[in-house]
Amino acid sequence: MTYQPSPLRLQREAARRRVSRQSTLVALISTIAIASVLVIVVTGAPGFKLVRQSFFSWHYAVSAFPHVLSGLWLNLRVMVIAEIFVLILGLLIALARTSHSPILYPIRLMATIYTDIFRGLPLLLVLFLVGLGVPGLQISWITNSAVVLGTTSLVLTYSAYVAEVIRAGIEAVNPAQRMAGRALGLTQSQTQSYVVLPQALRKVAPPLLNDLVSLQKDSGLISVLGAIDAIRSAGIETAQSFNFTPYVVAGALFVALTIPLTRFTDWLTRKQDRARVQQGQW
Amino acid sequence: MVAMTKTMLEVKNLRKSYGADLVLHDISVALAEHEVKVLVGASGSGKSTLLRAINLLEGIDDGQVLLDGQDITAVKVNPDEIRSQIGSVFQSFNLFPHLNVLQNITLAPRKVHGVAKEEAEAHAMQMLERFGLADKAKQYPDLLSGGQQQRVAILRAVITKPKVLLLDEVTSALDPILIAEVLALISELKAEGMTMMIATHEMGFAKRVADQVLFLHHGQIVEAGSAKEILENPKTPELQNFLSALREAGRL
Repeated sequence: MTYQPSPLRLQREAARRRVSRQSTLVALISTIAIASVLVIVVTGAPGFKLVRQSFFSWHYAVSAFPHVLSGLWLNLRVMVIAEIFVLILGLLIALARTSHSPILYPIRLMATIYTDIFRGLPLLLVLFLVGLGVPGLQISWITNSAVVLGTTSLVLTYSAYVAEVIRAGIEAVNPAQRMAGRALGLTQSQTQSYVVLPQALRKVAPPLLNDLVSLQKDSGLISVLGAIDAIRSAGIETAQSFNFTPYVVAGALFVALTIPLTRFTDWLTRKQDRARVQQGQW
Repeated sequence: MVAMTKTMLEVKNLRKSYGADLVLHDISVALAEHEVKVLVGASGSGKSTLLRAINLLEGIDDGQVLLDGQDITAVKVNPDEIRSQIGSVFQSFNLFPHLNVLQNITLAPRKVHGVAKEEAEAHAMQMLERFGLADKAKQYPDLLSGGQQQRVAILRAVITKPKVLLLDEVTSALDPILIAEVLALISELKAEGMTMMIATHEMGFAKRVADQVLFLHHGQIVEAGSAKEILENPKTPELQNFLSALREAGRL
């Protein structure tokens, strides 16, 4: 016999459709209302015309775009290289901080001091200290390239953050997992690399990616040392025209660059949440 | 019963405390090769601590544990090497959630015993087939039933042919049907001659597999005997109380 949906089911489905239509309508109305208020407030502002000319001029956007874009190529390279070093250094620091071996005590202590300092120090200060202080030492074999020193500053600061995220992940792995690894005869370090770390990194992937998004955006700060990146290029354009549109262009390009990673982070978080609900661990 | 010749595991005057709390007083117990001893007793009686002390997951205050004649509680002993000769299975399975069944089972053979990947996997597949789990080889633990997870955990512990297998309340987290699956596997291991020390609440199972049942109470072995003796003729008031509590809970 073929299945006939009961009147009860039809009724329930109709009610759900009604509620869903209502939600869409409410969302639409509220969006339009808020957008209208924003438009009215901004366009009605006394200085609106001037701001539009100096920040959102199509003419200057088009003429600055190629320069800003070529500057962005530098940001892109800095981001990728910094991300690689940050992940490696962050992982090593996290491992040092979570180890219990007495031989590693001095390293553990150094790692703790390192994370304390570089998490607390504003990135701008690190940039000045490294970017201007290191060349000031006049050591012949150390570069005074703004790009290299700027990237180093990013790595120093972000490794401290990433190390703490990874450490939190390591400590969030159920101790029974470590015990099970040791019970099989795995050594401390085998247990760490085959049992604990893979689980820890999965757990912290979303916050880790979040830090990388932040790093990408902060790569623009190396411009303070004089590296010709997207922001510096925009500054040069602005200095010629006294129009700030090139900065907005650079900002838009940065946003475009980080969006894929933020979307990926969201997607990963949702996927993990779903898996947890399915396993009943919510 | 296989002829009992050599002593595989010997615990001598073991003593363990957590601060002022004495959890194991002067425990002595010997396990011959192929012998199965079952530890019973209320929660907190020291069963788990004893098992964890035997596989060196728990330090001890005094006494000795000898595995196949070697004092494994001696200072110079490498605990990793000892643990690789002892199988352990826990109440909460503790499978590695990021590895599939096959990877879970082959991790120790490959990393601890240096078996090549292909060889380890072929051996693991044989075991999985024998115990009706071959179709789960590529699945992750989360997708298995509790009984399947625990059977995989037991295979993971025995694939390296340990000298002794320690089972700590391995059915306590399972419902009756799943318990039966797990107990069938353990009975099969006994038939193959596996030397085992089992902590359990399943008295019926104790009856089936135990060569000897030990009743632990407040960290002491209060009574020892065949399952029949322990269940039908308890001598001490402690054991009598324990059995009547089990009976009231409908677990006997």
